[in-house]
Amino acid sequence: METYTVIVLLLAATIRVATPLLLAALAGMFSERAGVIDLGLEGKMLGAAFAAAAVSAVTGSAWIGLAAGIATAVLLALLIGFACITHRGNQVVAGMAVTIMVAGLGPTLALAWFDLGGQTPQLEGATQRFLGLTWPWANVAREHPVPGLLYAELISGHSLLVYFAAALVPFSAWVLYRTRFGLRVRAVGENPAAVETTGLSVTWLRYRAVMISGVLCGVAGSYLSTSASSGFVRDMTAGKGYLALAALIFGKWRPWPTLWACLLFAFSDALAARLQGVPLPLVGPIPVQFILALPYVLTVLLLAGFVGKAEPPRALGVPYSKSD
Amino acid sequence: MRTTRSLPRWVDVAVLPALNLALALLLSGAIIKLMGESPWQAFKLMLSGSVGSFDGLGYTLYYATNFIFTGLAVAVAYHAGLFNIGAEGQAYVGGLGVGLVALWLGDSSPWLVLPLAVAAGVVFGAAWAAIPAWLQAKRGSHVVITTIMFNFIASALMTYLLVNVLIKPGQQSPETREFGPHAFLPTADTVLAHFGISVGPSPLNAAFILALVAAVFVWALLWRTRWGYALRVAGENPTAAVYAGIRPSRVIVGSMLLSGALAGCLGLNELLGVQHRILLDFPGGAGFVGIAVCLMGRNHPLGIVFAAILFGLLSQGGSQLSFDMPKVNRDMVVVIQGLVILLCGAMENVFRRPLAWLFRRGATEVQR
Repeated sequence: METYTVIVLLLAATIRVATPLLLAALAGMFSERAGVIDLGLEGKMLGAAFAAAAVSAVTGSAWIGLAAGIATAVLLALLIGFACITHRGNQVVAGMAVTIMVAGLGPTLALAWFDLGGQTPQLEGATQRFLGLTWPWANVAREHPVPGLLYAELISGHSLLVYFAAALVPFSAWVLYRTRFGLRVRAVGENPAAVETTGLSVTWLRYRAVMISGVLCGVAGSYLSTSASSGFVRDMTAGKGYLALAALIFGKWRPWPTLWACLLFAFSDALAARLQGVPLPLVGPIPVQFILALPYVLTVLLLAGFVGKAEPPRALGVPYSKSD
Repeated sequence: MRTTRSLPRWVDVAVLPALNLALALLLSGAIIKLMGESPWQAFKLMLSGSVGSFDGLGYTLYYATNFIFTGLAVAVAYHAGLFNIGAEGQAYVGGLGVGLVALWLGDSSPWLVLPLAVAAGVVFGAAWAAIPAWLQAKRGSHVVITTIMFNFIASALMTYLLVNVLIKPGQQSPETREFGPHAFLPTADTVLAHFGISVGPSPLNAAFILALVAAVFVWALLWRTRWGYALRVAGENPTAAVYAGIRPSRVIVGSMLLSGALAGCLGLNELLGVQHRILLDFPGGAGFVGIAVCLMGRNHPLGIVFAAILFGLLSQGGSQLSFDMPKVNRDMVVVIQGLVILLCGAMENVFRRPLAWLFRRGATEVQR
């Protein structure tokens, strides 16, 4: 029975860890399927986390905070778009630059506005944060652990943003594969010149894809600072943007496989937290660092073609110009 | 990496970077103003803190030493058409090699331990770059992504080693014991004291000379050898390189090995020169600053040395600033770094086009 409880709690933790990863990975998916490398995921998330926490603290509304987070991430996405789409700059450099800039800007502005050493004030209560929602009868179900705990911990008890992220997977799959816009996004990532000959604007399509990435990164960042924790702290994304990128690659730039990759990576993260210093039968305590490094090792192996093959969109990273 | 329109060389090498830096500083000044401090005052404080005294200057050059190594690392790969984002991880693992030799032989002769430490830093750094390089060359895995992944793997590996293996027994913080005294690189203040010149203490040490030597070495290798020529051709035009009989996979692996080796030398400055032990996260982001340094220095060793000193000045001036202006902290320097990378690296065409237009007009007027 105790093992059962541990496993259920582990899975619940997996869902919470997976949420920002999934949002960021799907954000990256729209950008990269349209041919724009998204190394700015980390920065856009961090910027949104700061804006959401700061605005939520000042206005007292998590919803206004979310709007501010999304607006910030979209602005950063537009900056990347301006550099990479309009001016055909190096996409890798642009993403890195935005990430580094935001890593400094967040704590700088937080210090200036709140004077708390680079943090935002502690967010309190259900108005300033997105707290877990308790579904009907969840507390009753808890009294009958099998299978009630599954309902209480896995289905119920998460914040609205978690359910949003979950719903986003089928929605993105539908947009990408079943709508005209999705077809065009995929085409512009494979062969932009062909898209241009049909009279569509490669630039405008890519801008829209990049802005979608901004919106989703905005939600991911807001989740980090107003739902998963209660405020912004320095470097709070802690590499999640890059982990999301790894998950996107591991999911071969497709929505459903990306979801499984995010869950796998999140599970290893949750497992590492739980196994900290706990001896396992036969092998003794496993160093948590090995589990934490696992997603990156797996992604490298996949990229190398040792476990499956990840084929990136063909025009990924190539600036498009009409003239050539 | 393709230039859209040709500019006079001095504009490309001097005016563009200066313009980018000026704009980055202007934007940072606006942010400082926004925070209610005087940008001009901040600028003066940064200058006096970084070059106004010998120890300030020492700190500036000490930071610059790290940035020269990582800037050169990024540049060598860049010339081969590769973007090495993994300098941070390569510096971290390279430092492990440096530190292991210093721990092992620190009590023996400096003539033994120091060359071996350099060799170990070079080998460990190159080894950490070798896997992404080989994967790019043979399996087509994009080196940008794999080097990012390797940064995280390096971080996990080093945390494991420092927490579980190398930690000094009976100690809480994950650090090794101190190196033996013969593994210390001499600092500038002690050397000057030998000649009867007394200056304030600073971490500037002999690794700065090594960094300058590395810069000359990279210049000679890239512009004065057949190997360097092949590397630059392959970076400029991979197709033409193949027709010229240059094997791309060799260039990829060779350039990345050299890149990792250069990054691996950061440990000489940071560990042998200053910390005298291996500790968590000692590269402290220098691998990423290397990208800014390389872009600003226009991928040329001389430019990289100047850009590294400039970023050293920003780092030292920034920490000085945080003492004197309570509303500004060191993060401001990170903002400036990000802005420089953005303006020099990603948005260079934004300036290039108007400048090209300006200079073409100027040229036609002269013709008339």
